[in-house]
Amino acid sequence: MKPAIAVEHLGKTFGDFRAVDDVTFTVEEGKITALLGPSGSGKSTVLRMIAGLEDPSEGRIFLGPQDLTHVSVQDRSVGFVFQHYALFRHMTVRQNIAFGLTVRKEPRDARLKRVNELLELVHLGPFGDRYPDQLSGGQRQRVALARALAPRPEVLLLDEPFGALDARVRQDLRRWIDELHRELGITSVLVTHDQEEALELANTVVVMHEGKVEQVGTPEEVYDQPATPFVAGFVGSANVLEGLVIGGKVQFGDELLEGASHLSDGSAVHAFVRPHDVRVGTESMNGSSSAATVDRIINLGWTSKVYVSLPDGQALVAEVPNETLAGVEEGASVFVDLRNAKVFQPTGTAGAPLDELASL
Amino acid sequence: MSTASPAIPTHPARRRLVRGLLLTVMFLYIFILLVAPFAGILLTAIKNGSAVVSETFSRPDVRHAYWLTFVITIVTMVITTIFGLITAYVLARHRFFGRRLMNALVELPLAVSPVTVGLMAVLLFGRGGWFEPFFASRGIQVIFALPSMILVTIFICIPFVIREVGPVLEELGTNEEEAARTLGASPLQTFFRVTLPNVRWGLLYGAALGTARALGEIGAVLIVSGAIQGQTETATLYIFRAFEERQDASGNVVALSLAAVSILLLVGIEFFKHRRSKEARS
Repeated sequence: MKPAIAVEHLGKTFGDFRAVDDVTFTVEEGKITALLGPSGSGKSTVLRMIAGLEDPSEGRIFLGPQDLTHVSVQDRSVGFVFQHYALFRHMTVRQNIAFGLTVRKEPRDARLKRVNELLELVHLGPFGDRYPDQLSGGQRQRVALARALAPRPEVLLLDEPFGALDARVRQDLRRWIDELHRELGITSVLVTHDQEEALELANTVVVMHEGKVEQVGTPEEVYDQPATPFVAGFVGSANVLEGLVIGGKVQFGDELLEGASHLSDGSAVHAFVRPHDVRVGTESMNGSSSAATVDRIINLGWTSKVYVSLPDGQALVAEVPNETLAGVEEGASVFVDLRNAKVFQPTGTAGAPLDELASL
Repeated sequence: MSTASPAIPTHPARRRLVRGLLLTVMFLYIFILLVAPFAGILLTAIKNGSAVVSETFSRPDVRHAYWLTFVITIVTMVITTIFGLITAYVLARHRFFGRRLMNALVELPLAVSPVTVGLMAVLLFGRGGWFEPFFASRGIQVIFALPSMILVTIFICIPFVIREVGPVLEELGTNEEEAARTLGASPLQTFFRVTLPNVRWGLLYGAALGTARALGEIGAVLIVSGAIQGQTETATLYIFRAFEERQDASGNVVALSLAAVSILLLVGIEFFKHRRSKEARS
């Protein structure tokens, strides 16, 4: 696959603030790439620079073979969908969708035909003559999408497109966008802080943090093989445990955990363990499990969150199916077994508080 | 307005009393200071009969005064609307050094007495003024002539459009403008197709307020024009002179006609204001 968009060493400084720092990645043609990160990570700024709404302080942006860096917004052939829709409030749905064609002076007939096509595509046929304030949030975002697609852009840029919608509508719209993308196959870049959204929709995920790229990979890669402590903590929820490396294993409490063969003995490390990689039982499992005390159990329906304390005082949360909980109750002494730990030497950015991560 | 919040409940009898009292105060205040004078002008004009009306309107000095007021008002309206819109746009959309100062400066004319404005103009353009040699050498008469009358009226009317359009622009934000740009619109297309339609009612409201103000201006114009009968005498200046010369009847007729135009503007202003508040909300 040839890259449709290439971003090279992109940087942006606002006053003293370094919003984007040396960001490089490519977007494959026909695929959805997600820029994932917490607010303030610079992901929206990267998207706005691709669109031309923001000038990069340094670096280059290519669309196919064409250097876009100094091409003005209106000549870039990108469709942009904003978080808050940004529909033209004084125009009807039809006029909104037609806008990109009108300003390009497309003939009236072609325009009408295209608008009708798009109204069908976004299932808003009967709403063509309404004004934006007569539509629901989900409908507005569909109009915004139709409007962005009308001039047949080469790429579609979506800036937190579901951010202003409530959970139910967000789910529906996400699934619908997924279908739409399968149908149209337009190269898309999606900015989101919602890891679920990124993992569900994207073919490639670019994880960003404090203006820098932490990892670029498929959803499976960033989830199963996080490259940095930040990715391990941000994508999916994780327990963070402090320990020491002994013989390629991490020791904390009376547990020895696999996964540190790349680190030298005696280094202090952080081990990231996902709640569903923690097993809880009343009996010791395959020899490597550690004793623990159950602090609290929260029933989530068919699974439960089990908060436990290790002998050395570190807290841990497990998410386990309810049928495995026989004999496990608050205050009980149990054994926990940890799998798939990702071990990192702590840096300044690692080690967000456990509660925050575990509550995701 | 429909969004008025109800008063906090108190004892019913007491509430009725307070309510009645407040209503009385309001009606007296508005009636004595606003309605009564207007009715006075109206009644006097009617009492004098239609002969006075036709006599007044046929006088050349009165006709000239109307013409002058018309010219000054139209020029002021056009200039303050166009430049007010540009100024409001720049103040709302651009960040630059001295922006806050500019924001405060554009409201200065509201605080300065028109007479002071007139004096400033005389100092600048009158004999020995800074700009006097420039215009004198080109044979252009500024003071005691139409240019200075227009100039001071514009000065006084500068704030209206800016004050009404500015907040609407701020409220709108740049989202729609950015959307237009990504859809292929040039900056000019974006302005005329997206920004301007979004502020049109605020703009008309500001323009109407400014026009009403221009129509009634007398202090500054009196100073710079010299109020030369049949030459630099506007409608308001004519009224002034008519009462000085005890020609109350014709003064009344002109005053009434100006008031009628103001009422027409008021209707427009109320309509624009209503639409503007809808514009800022949606």
